[in-house]
Amino acid sequence: MEKKTVLVAAVTVVLLSMSMSLFAHHGTSVFDTSKTLTMKGNVTEWDWSNPHCLLQFDVKNNEVGQVVHWIAETQNPGNMVYAGWAKASFKPGDEVTVTLLPAKNGRPFGRINQVVLPNGKTLDANKGTLTKNDSAGASGGAKSDNYSKQ
Amino acid sequence: MRNPFRVSVIMLSAALTLSLLAFTQNARSQQLGPPKDRKATTAPAPLHDISGTWEPANGPNDGIQPYGVKAVPNDGKPEHQLPYTPHGLETYKSHKAPIGADEVLPTQYNDPRDRCEPLGFPRADLYYLRETQIMQNEYKVAILYQYGEAWRVIWTDGRKLPQLVDGGVLVGKEVREPRFYGYSVGKWVDDSTLVVQTVGMMPEDRVWLDLTGRPISDALHVEERFHRVNHDRLELTVTIDDPKMYTKPWIAMNKFPMRLEDPHRDVMEVYCSPSEMEKYNKLFANPTSAPEGDTPER
Repeated sequence: MEKKTVLVAAVTVVLLSMSMSLFAHHGTSVFDTSKTLTMKGNVTEWDWSNPHCLLQFDVKNNEVGQVVHWIAETQNPGNMVYAGWAKASFKPGDEVTVTLLPAKNGRPFGRINQVVLPNGKTLDANKGTLTKNDSAGASGGAKSDNYSKQ
Repeated sequence: MRNPFRVSVIMLSAALTLSLLAFTQNARSQQLGPPKDRKATTAPAPLHDISGTWEPANGPNDGIQPYGVKAVPNDGKPEHQLPYTPHGLETYKSHKAPIGADEVLPTQYNDPRDRCEPLGFPRADLYYLRETQIMQNEYKVAILYQYGEAWRVIWTDGRKLPQLVDGGVLVGKEVREPRFYGYSVGKWVDDSTLVVQTVGMMPEDRVWLDLTGRPISDALHVEERFHRVNHDRLELTVTIDDPKMYTKPWIAMNKFPMRLEDPHRDVMEVYCSPSEMEKYNKLFANPTSAPEGDTPER
C-alpha cells in the first residue's frame, strides 16, 4: 500500500514537472499544480486550434443529477501531433476520462495531462515535446510526414 | 534484320552517356557533400552548406525556450540576471509576460505575440525555434521558421552590412525602413561556419526578445554563428549587442544543437489567428484568470 502511494506520488511529480515545463504559450500561474483531478465525461466540442487546443466536455454528478461543463486546454496542434493527437481525436458524444491540473479559482477549467478514449487508448498531453533519448528520432515522430507521391 | 554494327554503336553510346551522368553526379556529390535524400549520418559537413530541415537535437522544448533564451533562462537566479541599462530594466518591467520570473495572469499579458504581431528577429531564434528549414544558393541563405511561417534572407553575395542610422538603416545612399526580421549579411569564416550579422530591427514597442519579456531596441546588433559540426548536426550561437538595453554584449544561445531531419518532412504550420486567439481568451484565458467567486461568462 505504502509502495503504491509512493509510486502514485512519484508519477504525479513527474507529470507535473513535465506539464509545467512544456507549455509554450503561457505559464502555470492560473493552475493549482499541487493536484490533479480525474473525471469521466462526454465530449461536447474539440477545438484543434491555436494558441491551445480546447476540449469541452460535460461531467454528470450521478448523485444529484447535475451536469458540469468543463473546458480544458492542451498545447497547440503543432506540439500535439508529436504526441499522437489529431483534429479527429474526439467527436461530440465520446465518453472520455480526463486527468487535468485544475484552475486555482475553483472553476471547471484545467490543463490536460491525459485523456482515456472510449476504446481504452490513452492520449498523453505531455508527450508532445520529446526528450533527448526519445525514440521518435530524427524524423520527428509525427504521423503524415509526407504528402502522397503524385 | 538487325545491323550488328548499329546495335553496338547504340549500346556504346548508351554506356558512355550513363558513365558521363554517373561521373557528373559523383563529382557533384563530392563538391556539395552527401546528397540530402538519405538517412542522416555522421558524415563530414559538406562545404559551405547549412541547408536542410533542422530540429532541436534535444527535443522540441529545447527550441521553444519557454523560460526565456536557452543560455540565460529567466528563472530568477542571480547568475541569470541580464546586464540591463536603466532604460532596459524599465522597459523590461513594463512588459507583462506570460511566463518567467515576473509572470502575470493571462488577462494582464501585453506580449505583442498575443496580438498576432510578427515575432521578429531575433525572437524567431529565441522562442519556438522548432522545425526550421534552411535553403541556400550562391547569393543567399533563406531561413523558414515554423512559428508564424515567417522567413528571412541572409545575403552571402559579399554585400556590406547596412549602417544603422536614425529611422532605419543606410543601404548605399538610401535610408531604408526598420524591419521585423532586419537586414542580414553572412560570411563563411571556415568550411562549415557561417557568421551572420543583423541590424535594422523594429523599435522596442513592437518586439520582445523572448517569451519572458526581455527587451530589445532598434539599436540591436545580432551575431549568429551557424556551425555545421557534421552532416547531420548544426550548432547555433546567438550574441545580443544592444547598447540601449544592455551594458554589454551577451550570449543568448550557446552552441544550440540541431539535427537534420528527413528531407521529405512536411513541416506543420504553427500560426497566430486573431479569431482563434479571441475565442481562446473568451473561453479559457479570461475565466481562468478571474478571482474566485465571479460567475464565468460562457
